[in-house]
Amino acid sequence: MAPPGQPDDARPLVALRAVGRDFDVSRPWLNRMLEHAPRQLLRAVDDFSAEVRRSETLALVGESGCGKSTVARLIVGLFPPSRGRIEFDGTPQTAAAEGLWSDAVRRRMQMIFQDPYASLNPRWRVMDIVAEPLRAHGLMTRRADLRARVFELLTQVGLAPADGDKYPHEFSGGQRQRISIARALSSAPEFLVCDEPTSALDVSVQAQILNLMRALQEKLGLTYLFISHNLAVVSQMATRVGVMYLGRLVELADAATLFSRPRHPYTRMLLDAIPDLEMSGRARTPVAGEVANPLDPPPGCAFHPRCPLANQRCRIERPQLKAEPDSTLVACHAAEEGRIPA
Amino acid sequence: MDARGTALLEVRNLRVEFPTRRGTLVAVDDVSFDIAPGEVLGVVGESGAGKSLTGMAIIGLLEPPGRIGAGQVLLEGRRIDNLRRESLRQIRGRRIGAIFQDPLTSLDPLYTVGRQITETIQAHLPVSRREARERAIALLSEVGIPAPERRLDHYPHQFSGGMRQRVVIALALCAQPKLIIADEPTTALDVSTQSQIITLLQRLSREHHAAVMLITHDMGVIAETAHRVAVMYAGRIAEIGPVRSIIHSPRHPYTAGLMRSIPRVGATGVRLAQIDGAMPRLDAIPRGCAFHPRCPQRFEPCDRERPPLLETGDQRAACWLHGAPRTA
Repeated sequence: MAPPGQPDDARPLVALRAVGRDFDVSRPWLNRMLEHAPRQLLRAVDDFSAEVRRSETLALVGESGCGKSTVARLIVGLFPPSRGRIEFDGTPQTAAAEGLWSDAVRRRMQMIFQDPYASLNPRWRVMDIVAEPLRAHGLMTRRADLRARVFELLTQVGLAPADGDKYPHEFSGGQRQRISIARALSSAPEFLVCDEPTSALDVSVQAQILNLMRALQEKLGLTYLFISHNLAVVSQMATRVGVMYLGRLVELADAATLFSRPRHPYTRMLLDAIPDLEMSGRARTPVAGEVANPLDPPPGCAFHPRCPLANQRCRIERPQLKAEPDSTLVACHAAEEGRIPA
Repeated sequence: MDARGTALLEVRNLRVEFPTRRGTLVAVDDVSFDIAPGEVLGVVGESGAGKSLTGMAIIGLLEPPGRIGAGQVLLEGRRIDNLRRESLRQIRGRRIGAIFQDPLTSLDPLYTVGRQITETIQAHLPVSRREARERAIALLSEVGIPAPERRLDHYPHQFSGGMRQRVVIALALCAQPKLIIADEPTTALDVSTQSQIITLLQRLSREHHAAVMLITHDMGVIAETAHRVAVMYAGRIAEIGPVRSIIHSPRHPYTAGLMRSIPRVGATGVRLAQIDGAMPRLDAIPRGCAFHPRCPQRFEPCDRERPPLLETGDQRAACWLHGAPRTA
């Protein structure tokens, strides 16, 4: 293994080791005292281990509340993990008081958010929005240099240099997301965390942004963590896909394998629920039930109340991620026991 | 038109406009369509295409200063666009049910679900309190809410997103409406819940023989649910016809581009087809065909004259590729 700081293609860019994150959702102190209510913890993410390899797109999918956005926020260091540890290119996160990531690491990762209306300061010109990371990291101070760099970035994402003098409200949703991407790229990061980057966009605009993200990835050798609830978008973008359910990873596989041979019954259910655009008239299994309350997850496998293959073991014993012969990781007793129909 | 005479809802040359200081903005322009009983008409389009405003105009809920500038809306052959507020309100509850995107805005957080449903039933039907409650239980169980007797006494916040949307659908069905207008009913929901709501809508149109106008930006939802589709662009219908024809052989270049830009499972690594540019703003709709600046197939008449809906295959498309302008 190469020492930290030196590039090594074999070493994952980001590694999460048994990471967990709890949120305190207890009622206020006075209520707890009066009503003798206990503290209540929400396990947003639990025992999450995965690696993001260089230049790949690792996608995380799952329904709302499954913890995929929490994973994204843990990686960029918006809050510290409650358990486990996270490494970036071999460098571990530091104590929360010091800002989780050192400056050197922080400029190598950036984030793109879902809502391009909320993530751009309406009172700032595009010029200043895009230049902000350069200023914050002290990478560039001369005004002329900043202008030149911002023009280059705007051109790179398909906007005109003159757009730098405008305000965010003068742009459509798709153009705003281009501004977010330009801002994320300004510190020349290697790693972008994209949290539902196209979910707020119309489908024709979504195609423009997804194509732009792919082109930039090829040109700049970027590594993406791509969070989405839309499996078709994920299929378009991902190298590997992780499926999450109630805070845990239930399946992790190469994108091609996951979509052609899904193993976990939850993955199968998600794939089956995608509306059939081809109108092939395929019979679909009706989806049963809803995601359980994360404050009170079912014992054993959290998916068992909705699973057509659940048996006594699934109700008691929580399945661990195990590697299949083709190195797909699945956390499912039925898969392990060969009870899953092909 | 085949549906004339049997149509439950007829929309004729509808125009929705917003007067502003700098002139009148036309948000929905010359839109006409019919929906027959038991039929689901999907209305698709990107944000700002005018699909929701069309729905709002039909149920008379346009927010001022928006107003119907021209055209007619007929329900069972009777005009409803020129009715007084009070008589329209009667029709809205009794004969038209509305389902909106965000179930939380359609429900009152301060009242139990049961009270909201029974009050709605009693407002429209001459039934006793007890009968209304029984009907409410039947409705909740019909839309797939388990243990309806118990759930009736719960408040909206005690329901999950999918269950809340079912309550809203139950509310819309209270008076057994002939027409249901559903505006993005599945957009705020997760995929698994979304497919449950789609199945429910399909069943309702079949069993209640209601006409359903399903407004959505999601072609997948349309493909699964609708019989016919109207594709809207910049306030007008670009193409309308049977869902199969629109999806498999779109005749308007906009529809064709839209279909190709939808990501599909299994197409890993393939570059998506994209339509460059964006839909024009209301104050800058181009002359001629509103799509011509983005259209890969534009030719001589497109920037000059606006195309009407022209017959092509078993659909109609507003595109000069399918017929010559009169002046040419």
